[in-house]
Amino acid sequence: MNKSELGFDTINLGHGSGGTMTRDLLDKIIFKTFNNTFLNQKHDGSIVKFDGEIAISTDSFVVSPIFFKGGNIGELAVNGTVNDVAMCGAIPKYLSLAFIVEEGLAIDDFTKIVNSVKRAADNSGVLIITGDTKVVERGKGDKIFINTTGFGEVHPEANISANNIKVGDKIIVSGLIAQHGMAIMSQREGLEFESTIESDTTNVNYLVNDLLDKFGNKIHLFRDPTRGGLASVLSEIATDINKGVIISENKIPLEKQVAAACEILGLDPMYVANEGVFIAIVEANVADAVVETMQNNEKGINTACIGEVTEEHPNKVVMQSLVGGKRIVSPLIGEQLPRIC
Amino acid sequence: MKYLSEYRNFEATKKYLDEIHRIATRNWNIMEICGGQTHSLVKNGILELLPEKVRMIHGPGCPVCVTPLNLIDKAIELLSNNVIVCSYGDMIRVPGSKKSLLEAKAGGGDLRILYSPIEAVSIAKENPDREVVFFAVGFETTAPANALSVLHAEKEGITNYSILASHVLVPPAMEAILDDELCNIDAFLGAGHVCAIMGTQEYLPLVKKYKIPIVITGFEPLDLVQGIYMAVKQLEEERHELENQYARVVKEHGNKAAIDVIKKVFQVGDREWRGIGEIPNSGYVIRQAYRKYDAEAKFKVGNITAPENSDCIAGEILRGIKKPNQCSQFGKTCTPSNPLGAPMVSSEGACAAYYNFSDNLISS
Repeated sequence: MNKSELGFDTINLGHGSGGTMTRDLLDKIIFKTFNNTFLNQKHDGSIVKFDGEIAISTDSFVVSPIFFKGGNIGELAVNGTVNDVAMCGAIPKYLSLAFIVEEGLAIDDFTKIVNSVKRAADNSGVLIITGDTKVVERGKGDKIFINTTGFGEVHPEANISANNIKVGDKIIVSGLIAQHGMAIMSQREGLEFESTIESDTTNVNYLVNDLLDKFGNKIHLFRDPTRGGLASVLSEIATDINKGVIISENKIPLEKQVAAACEILGLDPMYVANEGVFIAIVEANVADAVVETMQNNEKGINTACIGEVTEEHPNKVVMQSLVGGKRIVSPLIGEQLPRIC
Repeated sequence: MKYLSEYRNFEATKKYLDEIHRIATRNWNIMEICGGQTHSLVKNGILELLPEKVRMIHGPGCPVCVTPLNLIDKAIELLSNNVIVCSYGDMIRVPGSKKSLLEAKAGGGDLRILYSPIEAVSIAKENPDREVVFFAVGFETTAPANALSVLHAEKEGITNYSILASHVLVPPAMEAILDDELCNIDAFLGAGHVCAIMGTQEYLPLVKKYKIPIVITGFEPLDLVQGIYMAVKQLEEERHELENQYARVVKEHGNKAAIDVIKKVFQVGDREWRGIGEIPNSGYVIRQAYRKYDAEAKFKVGNITAPENSDCIAGEILRGIKKPNQCSQFGKTCTPSNPLGAPMVSSEGACAAYYNFSDNLISS
């Protein structure tokens, strides 16, 4: 998209007015890109049909910078919500897509983001069926915020609930942790450091679907450890199920470069955000097969079984350290703050 | 990973732990000075691997913990006067007398979290119409970078930059702890990174005067267990010497370039330690020649005072007299999300380390 097609090279307040400028933006970028029978009705919303139970999940995306190594806010907004729906044991089908754009965003950047949304939606097999675009004054946003809501059909074999978790269940992580958070951190203003760490943003819905096809209700819980990292999600689970969780530090998949960046910045990778990683808590007798299935899928090559659910120390996650000691893994309180020295 | 995985090796660590178990015949109290060491001991679960006879006492070497309350109030006052305040990360959640820097930021203050004070000088250069202050706290470790930022600003002719300095020094704090009549410390693990700057020489007088072993120690699990082993060995053999476990980093005379930069900008002066009080000649103050870079003088915030919360026993914790879980507020009214005192905030603070990582100390 360039100036000659839309008449502007940046988004301005007029594009959110609801008038012809808005229509122009929608026609030339949004409808043109997504082009499906639901959206083409150009109605206030869309009517869709589901046969069974529906899983719904919503998420807002405010990441800064909006373009980062390994992705941008557009695909993040799709993958994040697609994965949340998948974590419910569902097959994502439809997404809503709402933009809040700060005036002054380059049309080129907006177009790149929209194209990226489209690519990610296609990769996940979901359709964008409704949406919204608002423009706010300069200084009242941060370039662009995106909200997506996902709708999915619950897999017929799925029975995902923390209530199903039993003592002895195995805890499996689908990939290298802390990649996304450290990729963002390496490009954040004032903190730039040279690295080739890339965000792990991706959709995991097909892998989840495979697991449900093969292992059905022997999979007790899926969770994606996004903000707050692996530590916070495991702590939440331990509290929710009133049981203990024990994990081994030497089993946690962590790439060397990410580990080094965390060391330098004084951050604990257990608390750093992930995007394309999920946790599966499964019955012990299928754990090896689950790990094998996951490792054979490109989205789960680095899958590892990191621990199990225990009777001891209910509500707490305990980590066996590399040197054989034990420590509590507590949830993140506020933002993780780098240490002075 | 080079220089990390080797020092987190299970077998090598176990070898020293076994040796400590073998040689310890009496009860020994060993204080690790540095908060980074406390953090590592607790995070790696080393405390429970030590014999009961060897008790680690957590020292005052957490920069966030010993920064006086009034200094946080001063930084908050600067924020409310439209000054850009730059700070290291873990300083921002420490409660001042009314609020923390983080809350002041939410209230509209322009607070920036940085890893280096040199970045603050760049911010000053980019914002010539604003005043920029770096919250320069820490021990001898952070002093060179903070001093360098002042020299950098001077060289670049930047006049809208200054530092709110509260630098404290390790040896006078050790002396104050040893002079305390309640002191029960038998040996020290010296703070490795402080010594990387300052060298080891200034600890010799302490060893001689107090007849106490000091082992300069690093921060990885293997460093710590080796340092503890060396200290226990000295105690058991009734020796009191200065030893350097962290020789791969710490040299006898330290880092001369860094010391020169410190001496150019700072001079030794009296300093107040949070929870401990004023210790003579225990910190760095900005030399007269660089007074225009001293935020306390520049903004007339020098007379702000702030009383400590009387429920907080941080002073006794920092002097090693009590352990965090011996505090009646620990884990109850005082938690990392609602800290009464600084040791519960910083990840290097003994209270936060206990709360976050230590299983048997958290009330279920």
